[in-house]
Amino acid sequence: MVATAEAPQKMVGQAIKRREDPRLITGAGNYLDDVRLPGLSYAALVRSPHAHAKIKGIDTSAAAGMPGVLGVFTGDDFMDLNPLPAAWQAGGVKNNAVTPRVLAVKEVHQAGDPVAVVVADSLVQARDAAEAVVVDWEPLPAVVDAKKATQPGAPQLHEEAPNNIVLEWSCGKDEATVDAALANAEVRVSQHLINQRLIPTPLEPRGSIGRYDPGTGDYTLWSTSQAPHVHRLLLAAFVLGVPEQKIRVIAPNIGGGFGCKIFVYYDMALVLALSRKLGRPVKFFEDRSENYLTTTHGRDHITDVEVGATKDGKITALKVNTYANLGAYFSTIAAGIPTTLYGRMIAGCYKIPDIHVHVTATYTNTAMVDAYRGAGRPEAAFVIERVCDLVAGATGLDAAEVRRRNFIQPADFPYNTGIGMLPYDSGNYEPALDKALENVGYAGLRKEQEARRGRGDSKLLGIGLSSYVEVCGVAPSKWIGLPGEGWGAGLWESANVKVHLTGKVVVTTGSLPHGQGHETTFAQLVSDELGVPYDDITVEHSDTQSAPFGFGSYGSRSLAVGGTAIYKSTGKVRDKAIKLAAHMLEAAEEDIVWENGKAYVKGSPDAAKTIQEIALAAHVAYDLPAGMEPFLDETTYYDPPNCTFPFGTHICVVEVDKETGEIGLLRYVAVDDVGNVVNPLIVDGQVHGGIAQGLAQALYEGAHYDDDGQLVTGTLNDYAIPKAHMVPTYELDRTVTPSPVNPMGVKG
Amino acid sequence: MADTVTAPAKVAISVTVNGRKHSAEVEPRTLLVHFLRETLGLTGTHVGCDTSNCGACVVHLNGEGVKSCTILAVQADGAEVLTIEGLAQDGKLHAMQEGFWEKHGLQCGYCTPGMIMAGVSLLDRNPNPSDEEIRHALEGNLCRCTGYQNIVEAIKYAAANAG
Repeated sequence: MVATAEAPQKMVGQAIKRREDPRLITGAGNYLDDVRLPGLSYAALVRSPHAHAKIKGIDTSAAAGMPGVLGVFTGDDFMDLNPLPAAWQAGGVKNNAVTPRVLAVKEVHQAGDPVAVVVADSLVQARDAAEAVVVDWEPLPAVVDAKKATQPGAPQLHEEAPNNIVLEWSCGKDEATVDAALANAEVRVSQHLINQRLIPTPLEPRGSIGRYDPGTGDYTLWSTSQAPHVHRLLLAAFVLGVPEQKIRVIAPNIGGGFGCKIFVYYDMALVLALSRKLGRPVKFFEDRSENYLTTTHGRDHITDVEVGATKDGKITALKVNTYANLGAYFSTIAAGIPTTLYGRMIAGCYKIPDIHVHVTATYTNTAMVDAYRGAGRPEAAFVIERVCDLVAGATGLDAAEVRRRNFIQPADFPYNTGIGMLPYDSGNYEPALDKALENVGYAGLRKEQEARRGRGDSKLLGIGLSSYVEVCGVAPSKWIGLPGEGWGAGLWESANVKVHLTGKVVVTTGSLPHGQGHETTFAQLVSDELGVPYDDITVEHSDTQSAPFGFGSYGSRSLAVGGTAIYKSTGKVRDKAIKLAAHMLEAAEEDIVWENGKAYVKGSPDAAKTIQEIALAAHVAYDLPAGMEPFLDETTYYDPPNCTFPFGTHICVVEVDKETGEIGLLRYVAVDDVGNVVNPLIVDGQVHGGIAQGLAQALYEGAHYDDDGQLVTGTLNDYAIPKAHMVPTYELDRTVTPSPVNPMGVKG
Repeated sequence: MADTVTAPAKVAISVTVNGRKHSAEVEPRTLLVHFLRETLGLTGTHVGCDTSNCGACVVHLNGEGVKSCTILAVQADGAEVLTIEGLAQDGKLHAMQEGFWEKHGLQCGYCTPGMIMAGVSLLDRNPNPSDEEIRHALEGNLCRCTGYQNIVEAIKYAAANAG
C-alpha cells in the first residue's frame, strides 16, 4: 500500500510555546550573576558623589590593607587603555566626540562616575574596602538641561565641545524654503514639546566577568551584551589594543536589554585589564542604584515644532528644532539616535512636501543617553502625532480624519519622504487605522465624549490616537555606513546551517536573544525550509568563539536581517541536497522535486530520498557527484537592500477626573502590521511589552535630575516602573502587508 | 570601649531549603538571597534591585511568599524555604510553571522565578482570583518585558489547572 502522508503542518505562523522557557521557569537559567568560575574575585567601584568636580587626590592606602583585598586602582593605573570608542558619529557633520575612560581621571562629569576600583576575594570585602577609599574633591557647577547647556555662562564639560555642543545636524529642505511654506500656509500652529528622559531598567542590571589566561594571552569576557561580536571588535581594536581573536565574548542568558546593553561600557575593559593585573578572574555586577546612575538612559528631547496645513487638514510644511541631551559623554552609538533614527523618520506615515529638521545634541552632567526601546523613532512618532492632533485642533477636523487625509497611499510605495530616510518598503495605513477605529468603537466613543462634556460630568473621556511607522531591520551597510549615515561599520548579519550525519540540524547565528525567543522562531523557520522536524533543530548563539559574526540584536534586526541569513543558508543546504539527491536517484537535477524535506524524481514520489538520508550520504561521502564537497554545511553573509517599515494604529481610551486630574485607563486597542508573522504568540508578547512602556512614558516614568546634577529618581522607589495593576488589558489585532525586502516578507 | 557592641564574625544557622537541611556559618549581615545564591549555589532566585521593589527574589519562607532580599539569613534559621528550584516535583512542572510556559508569561525570564513564587503564594491564599486581584497581588513584582497581560493569564491557567 502506498502511504499518502498528509502534508506536514507549517511551523511558520504557529503560536507554539517557547523552547527557551523550561530552563527559565525552573530556575536553571544562566545569567551573568549566576556564572561561577574557580578563583573568581569581585570588583567594587568608588564613584563620584558630585555631578561635576575635579579630583584633587585619591588615598587608597587604608583600603589596600583591608581583609581580602587583592588590589586598589585609580584611573592613572589604566592610562594604557584608550577611552571607549565612539562607533556611530552622525554623518556629514562634525562630531565633538568625548568618550569616557574606564575610570575618570582628573575630572568627573556626572554623579556616579567611577574613579577607583577595589578587587577582593568577596563582594562584601570589596565594597567594605571601597568605602575606605578617600577622594579629595573640588566640586564644580553643573548643568543638566540640554538647552541651558548651550547658553552663555553654562558650566563647560569638555574643552573639545565648546558650549557643550556635540553636534548640529539637519535634514530635509533648507530652513528658508520651509519658513516660506509655513508663511503661506492657511493654518499654522506651533508647540513646545518635552520628551522626558527614561531609564531603561531591564530587570537584570549590567555586568562583566573578565578572565585573562597568562599561558595563551587570551581574554574571555562574560557580558550582559546585546552585541558580543561588536564588543569584542571594539574592545580589542580600540580600547585594549590586542588582536581581535585574543578576546572571546560570551553573552549568557540576558535579563532584558531594551538598548542599554548594546554599548561598550567601562567595566568590560576594566575586568579584562584587572584580570591581567591580578591573575584572577574578576567580576563586576551593578546593583540597581549603580545601574540608574551610569548605564545609559533614553529619550530626553526638547523640541519646538511648527506646522503649516490647509484648511482641510493637509499638512504642507513642518519645521522641527530639537535639543537632544546626550549626557556626560558620547556613548557608543548615541549620535545616530537623534539624527538618522529620529530626524529622518519625522514624516511618520504622512506625505508632507516641505520638512526641515534641526538637531542640536549636547553634553550635560547627567547619565549618557543612547538607544532605548525604539531609539529615536518613538521620539519622532511623538512629534508627528502631536502635529496631527494640533492640525485637528486648528481645523476642527477629527484626529483620525487628519491622519487619513495625509497618509501615504498604497500605490506610492516604495515611498521616499525626501528627508534622507531609505524609501518605505511597503504599507497600507488606512486599513490598520480603520480596524483600530472599528475595534475600539470610535464613533460611539466620540459621541460619549461629547455627551460627558455636555452634561458637565466630573469624569471626562480622553481618546488618544497614534498611527506610526518605524524603520526596522536596520541595515544596508552602504546606506548606514561611514560615508553615509556615519555608522562606523557594516550592518549585515550571518548564519551557518549544518545538517549532521544523524539528520540533526544546528543553526549558528550572529543574532542573539535577550527575551525575544530566537531559538523558537528560528527553528520554526528552518523546520519549514528544510522539512526537518522542529525538535531536531538546535539554534546556537551568543558566543563569539562559535557563532558567526553578528552586529547584535537591536533595531528589530534579528528576524528581518539575521533570520534572512538563516533562510538563505537553508536554501543553499537544500540546493546542495537536491544535487546530491539527483546523483543518488540517478536522475537529472532539473527533474528533482523538493517537497517537505524529501527529494524525488518528478512523478515518482514513492522513491524519495529524505533530507536525513541525503545528509548521511553527504557526510559519509562514499559516493558524491564529481567535484562536490562533503557535508551539508552552508554559511551566508546577508546585507539587505533596504530596511523594513512596520506600521499600525494604536488607540487609548482614558477617563480623566476633572477635579483631581487622576487618569483611569479604560481601553487600549492596537492594530500592528509587522508583515508576515512567524510566531504570533511571541509577536503579541512583544507588542504587550511595548505598549506598557508607551503607557509608562505617557503616565508614570520620568528620570529627574536636580540642578546640582543629582539623580532624584535614583532607585526603583522613586522611578515609577508600571506595576501589573497600573496597565490595562490590551486588545490586539493585525493587518498583514508583507515586506518586499526579504524573502520571508517580515518587517521586524 | 564599653559602648561598642561587637557583632559576632559568623553565626551558625540551619535552614531547610527545598526539603534539604543545610547548616552553615554566615556573617550576621548576610541576606537570605545571598545565602541561597552564594552559599548554596541556588541561583534561580534573582536580584534585580537594592530597594526591595522588584520581587525577582521572592521565595517561600515557612509557606509564605517573602522577598529574600529583605530577610537576613540568620532570621531563616530553623525555617523551611522553598525556591524556584524546588517547585517542580518528581520532574513534573508545578501548574504555575506550566501556566507561564503555556501562556507566554515570560520573555527574558529574569523576573520569572519571583513572579512564579508570588503567583503560587497568591493561589495559596486565594485559589480563584479575579484579574484585578491577580494584578494587585503582583504589586511587589516588576516585569519589563511582558506588560503583565500574559502573567495574569498564566496565573489564571494555574488556578484552573491546580492539581
